[in-house]
Amino acid sequence: MSQDQMVDIYILGKKYSVPESLTIMDSMEYAGYQLVRGCGCRSGFCGACATIYRIKGEKELKVCLACQTKVQDGMYLTQLPFFPGDKRQYDLEELEPNADTMMQLYPEIYSCVGCNSCTKGCPQGLNVMQYIAYAQRGDLEKCAHESFDCVMCGICASRCPANITHYQVGLLARRLTGKYLAPKTEHLQTRVKEINEHKHDLPLQELMQKDIDEIKELYNLRDIEK
Amino acid sequence: MYTAQMRELIKKVEATRTKRVGIQFPRMNPDERQQVLQEYHPDYRDSGFRCLALGVNKGCKVPIELADLIEAKSRLENIELDLSKIDYDVDVLIIGGGGAGAAAALEAFGQGVKVLIATKLRFGDANTMMAEGGIQAADKPNDSPAQHYLDVMGGGHYTNVPELAAALVKDAPGVIKWLNDLGVLFDKDQDGTMVTTHGGGTSRKRMHAAADYTGAEIMRVLRDEVQNQGIDVVEFSPAVDILLDEDNRAAGAVLCNLETQEYLIARAKTVIIATGGAGRLHYQGFPTSNHYGATADGLVMGYRAGAELAFADTIQYHPTGVAYPPQIFGALVTEKVRSLGATPLNIDGEQFVFHLETRDVEASAIIREIQGRNKGIETPTGVKGVWLDTPLIEIIHGEGTIEKRLPGMLRMYAKFDIDMRKEPILVYPTLHYQNGGLLIDEHGQTKVENLYVAGEAAGGIHGRNRLMGNSLLDILVFGRRAGEHAGAKSKGIKVKKLNLDHVKKYNKYLELSGIITNRVSPMVLPHYTHGRE
Ligand SMILES: Cc1cc2nc3c(=O)[nH]c(=O)nc-3n(C[C@H](O)[C@H](O)[C@H](O)COP(=O)(O)OP(=O)(O)OC[C@H]3O[C@@H](n4cnc5c(N)ncnc54)[C@H](O)[C@@H]3O)c2cc1C
Ligand code: FES
Repeated sequence: MSQDQMVDIYILGKKYSVPESLTIMDSMEYAGYQLVRGCGCRSGFCGACATIYRIKGEKELKVCLACQTKVQDGMYLTQLPFFPGDKRQYDLEELEPNADTMMQLYPEIYSCVGCNSCTKGCPQGLNVMQYIAYAQRGDLEKCAHESFDCVMCGICASRCPANITHYQVGLLARRLTGKYLAPKTEHLQTRVKEINEHKHDLPLQELMQKDIDEIKELYNLRDIEK
Repeated sequence: MYTAQMRELIKKVEATRTKRVGIQFPRMNPDERQQVLQEYHPDYRDSGFRCLALGVNKGCKVPIELADLIEAKSRLENIELDLSKIDYDVDVLIIGGGGAGAAAALEAFGQGVKVLIATKLRFGDANTMMAEGGIQAADKPNDSPAQHYLDVMGGGHYTNVPELAAALVKDAPGVIKWLNDLGVLFDKDQDGTMVTTHGGGTSRKRMHAAADYTGAEIMRVLRDEVQNQGIDVVEFSPAVDILLDEDNRAAGAVLCNLETQEYLIARAKTVIIATGGAGRLHYQGFPTSNHYGATADGLVMGYRAGAELAFADTIQYHPTGVAYPPQIFGALVTEKVRSLGATPLNIDGEQFVFHLETRDVEASAIIREIQGRNKGIETPTGVKGVWLDTPLIEIIHGEGTIEKRLPGMLRMYAKFDIDMRKEPILVYPTLHYQNGGLLIDEHGQTKVENLYVAGEAAGGIHGRNRLMGNSLLDILVFGRRAGEHAGAKSKGIKVKKLNLDHVKKYNKYLELSGIITNRVSPMVLPHYTHGRE
């Protein structure tokens, strides 16, 4: 990548010249940083690398995931190494999947002023304000599915004038949905019961005692579900 | 965005597509598999390995990059530590805040003892967070733990420790139920039936998923539960060595506060290593799908403390890592893409291997197509790859399938202007998983008293090769087993005086073995410069 075009970026206000093909995360390393905070999966799944930037000459502040975004010339950037969002402690066993639960645990969602900053900032492109609206109404399943791809980077919460910690609200809705609202899985209950009653012990033990050649043969002859 | 040249080549893929729909490429027979492995799998390349010069596994071969870290000095070599000044005093110390660590913490805490998770990055910055494809469990009527066992053993080339493989498959349905009851949102049909698919090497469709965020969904729920229970977690505080007591039993660890660079003493009655994998060691120069903290720290610390390695010479190269665009080189393209019907194709748009061979065979076949037959597709950076024909998925399962079942993949490519619903993607094998690790028994115990290992850092369960979906399973099965056992056991233990004598001895042995080196380990954080001199 030697013939790569270089661009100027400003990390914490300091200027560095970096290849334009790099992601923001890689460019920081190119500049000489060994990342401690602000770097996790490097694949867009963990939300560790929330980054705020502005392009020189423009007014608008933008947010992104550093591992999933290429550098641009004139980028002024800083990472959000930690966000002091509030998570309420609860016992899932004792909750009911409805709006009252939301009201009790995260009452601030009802102070949403509808500014939509959360949605505009979401690097996953989620409709954050919408899933908060679902939570307000107690429509937890919709909230769960709308928020499902959330990586909990904290950008939404950092911009919220009503102090909502959106990603925690989504997580609560998903857990309530998974536990109480999603249809029950009969075949799972049955199998776990069989195992607890030791119905599968014997067949397993028989296999464990076989020598390698026997196992090989069973393996090579096993039928494969279409 | 593809270059003009690449777009030209895509036309060949499109030209053969209709002919390929519905035609199954034949699976390899056992001889063919063996041959492609021997000729092209990186594990068979002798130059990538070295025999260890000291320790329990003296004489055993491991990847060179790992040997370099094992044959290195402790970070504590020249540091005066007052081991009687205890910073954290707990019953169970869990090193590593990934899926195995979180599961272990919940079970240990359930035993009514004091638990601490010490982790390197944020809690949940872990390979677990990245698992996309799914988790296996034999919970359907046409399936059984015994059937699952056969697949596990065959996949592992019959080298697995049978007791560990049996524990894995037997606990599997219980793990799914546990997760379900904690509120993990599995993909289900309206009547509650789990949506399950095949993975490479499975004989039944038993891959459970939460879209392609399976690991993320599991990790964020477990993390939330750990927080709800009020279990202590200290972040950015990696362990750098295990502490032993006067009876040579594991009794805690030295942690390093990454912000202040201070060393802190954590004393515990039992210790669980749950530090995950080693992808960031980039064996044989391969890119990796692993998270930033996957640097084999647990293997190094555990080995120094006297635990045994098993199958540390077997690495899983995932057949489909991203070959293009370069910004996400090495990132994972989940196996589910192939489970849903996408097939690998060469530069002529022809399929050259059945799309669901076991991972080692599939990866080797891709390397053969590129290196041996010169039928790879070159990218602007010089990296070569093969096509994975993702538009086939929409043809087979209907429009919208990719958006519904693979939203993470779709988004990842879309950020770099590639629409995988319409265009094929370019892939090359990526360093993905360490099949081996520190040898454990059914309770996660090593041969060092009071030292446990769980998750990807453990070895023996999968033998020489792990099947997709059995790792998320193993970290939970053995995380829970280790947590429960370590929690219960801690109640009867009185820790004696702490020491690091084994570390001093180890440094001596290094010299005696003729290894004069300035290397220190564990690595803790990788160092990248991206081509800057
Ligand atoms: C991209 C990707 C996709 C995958 N997809 C699947 C899949 O579909 N199905 C499947 O079954 N498996 C999959 N796997 C494998 C599986 O996700 C991992 O093997 C598994 O999650 C490992 O869990 P773990 O808890 O052992 O380790 P991790 O989840 O990696 O957690 C280890 C933790 O330990 C911490 N740590 C490391 N060193 C130290 C130290 N010195 N001190 C303290 N803490 C430390 C790390 O920071 C991390 O938080 C995938 C893996 C990857 C990378
Ligand atoms: S590092 Fe995980 S999302 Fe960027």
